[in-house]
Amino acid sequence: MNNQTVTVLVGVGAFLALLGAAFAQDAAFEAHAWVLFFVLAISTVVMLRQMRFAPAGAAARVLDDDSGGYLDGVVRWGAVITLFWGIVGFLVGVIAASQLAWPVLNIEPWFNFGRIRPLHTSAVVFAFGGNALLATSFYVVQRTCRARLWGGDLAWFVFWGYQLFIVMAATGYLLGITEGREYAEPEWYVDIWLTIVWVAYLAVFVGTLVKRKEPHIYVANWFYLAFIVTIAMLHVVNNLSMPVSLLGAKSYSAFAGVQDALTQWWYGHNAVGFFLTAGFLGMMYYFVPKQAGRPVYSYRLSIIHFWALIFLYIWAGPHHLHYTALPDWAQTLGMVFSIMLWMPSWGGMINGLMTLSGAWDKLRTDPILRMLVISIAFYGMSTFEGPMMSIKAVNSLSHYTDWTIGHVHSGALGWVGMISFGAIYFLVPKLWQRQRLYSLRLVNWHFWLATLGIVVYAAVMWVSGITQGLMWREYDEQGYLVYSFAESIAVMYPYYVLRVLGGLLYLAGSLVMAFNIYKTIRGDVRAEVPMGAEAEALVPAE
Amino acid sequence: MDFEYQSMRTFADSWGLLYMFIVFVAVVMWTLRPGARRNSEDAARIPFKED
Repeated sequence: MNNQTVTVLVGVGAFLALLGAAFAQDAAFEAHAWVLFFVLAISTVVMLRQMRFAPAGAAARVLDDDSGGYLDGVVRWGAVITLFWGIVGFLVGVIAASQLAWPVLNIEPWFNFGRIRPLHTSAVVFAFGGNALLATSFYVVQRTCRARLWGGDLAWFVFWGYQLFIVMAATGYLLGITEGREYAEPEWYVDIWLTIVWVAYLAVFVGTLVKRKEPHIYVANWFYLAFIVTIAMLHVVNNLSMPVSLLGAKSYSAFAGVQDALTQWWYGHNAVGFFLTAGFLGMMYYFVPKQAGRPVYSYRLSIIHFWALIFLYIWAGPHHLHYTALPDWAQTLGMVFSIMLWMPSWGGMINGLMTLSGAWDKLRTDPILRMLVISIAFYGMSTFEGPMMSIKAVNSLSHYTDWTIGHVHSGALGWVGMISFGAIYFLVPKLWQRQRLYSLRLVNWHFWLATLGIVVYAAVMWVSGITQGLMWREYDEQGYLVYSFAESIAVMYPYYVLRVLGGLLYLAGSLVMAFNIYKTIRGDVRAEVPMGAEAEALVPAE
Repeated sequence: MDFEYQSMRTFADSWGLLYMFIVFVAVVMWTLRPGARRNSEDAARIPFKED
């Protein structure tokens, strides 16, 4: 499709959004349709201003020129927007943490914790993580298949369509439009839009695999493909619902009661398993070998890692529903499969780390590699902690407490965040044909700010979580609860303040990264002593 | 409903489980079969064929 057609289609979309606002059945849908209208109307204006009326071919591909036959423009946009959404998501996280510490920061109705919290989770998981996956998967599949992305400009539709999904989801939360389903809060019409975008994503990815010039499909693509296919399945089933009206914001789930709860956690846990794990493992199997300059430790282990993960992960969801109305056998099933996940998780971690065997010295001089390695270390740590917490006896202490929050963040900030940062640091000089990053020392600063932030966050949440768990189950000799719930909240105050500090450190690291990436894209190179060079200077002459 | 909860469940935790298990074991054996080493070593070098 050429630009003219797309511009007309976006314009028509804006008009339809206007009609949606005019005939809306409820105030929330009306407000949301206005948001959609302005987004699409502004997009139309921007596209009209970019339109070229020169003869076809003469002015084609002025913008986003692609190098080497690959479609890299979308990867460049993806790398930048990943960083943008990352900073937004981390900032909203710091705000949410501050609201818990100082309730006065809840500004009703749009900015209270109940709306800020899904904004934070979706911003970091889907906007930051999702764009990182989109950009890297498009990059990796082209390089390892030695083929240009299939479908022409379809990849651009996937990219911009996904950004529209993010904007609609985020504004919906702030307007109070929510299904209340964990990590799947957007209402039905936003879900349908994401389904369309996701099918296009699958088509681009599979199309590229089909027309590959490399006979073997590299293992990173297996993980990416599993992520795309499984998320499609999870998203469609979890969001089966009946809208109240065609022009209304409210819908009701096709499931009820404990079935609904299990569907939600089947989705929720596999969003962790296939979005935040499988997709990012695809990243690991490409970027760690590339940055270390040596092939993966054991390719066959990576294949077994893949199949074991696929076969086991899908059953682990019920561990979120221990001691609920869910049948006991289902709870036990979830627990057993979670514990079995130790094997593929640690197999994968060992595979990633051992890729560096014989090249460990590079950790001293290469902060990007350091970032990738610590992300694998956090992968190992959080995939050890997770199965442990899924054991019913442990879960009776940890569930509903901040321990869970700490666990999620060591996985999300440590594994997902760090490997994404590493991948972007790797990609940006290549995508913009720069000799190297603006400053490796700033990468080192980012590394330490982020690592310290995670350590503070996770350690504080362990203490507060176990404190909560112990206070809630403390009985006196007559069988009465010793503490009221409010007392357990009051105890949390210092931990919540410290958590804000951890989040601020992590956010500061990402700002350092943004500066570094900005300078790199501009083409600046900082004159600095290479990493590790000063230590060598201390070695006496022999 | 035609399909009843108990019979579905019984099928899933017997034949279904067996089927999944056999497929998994077959995949692992296929991956570790003698002669796969060379192929996998070649595959591991795919990322280095391009920039």
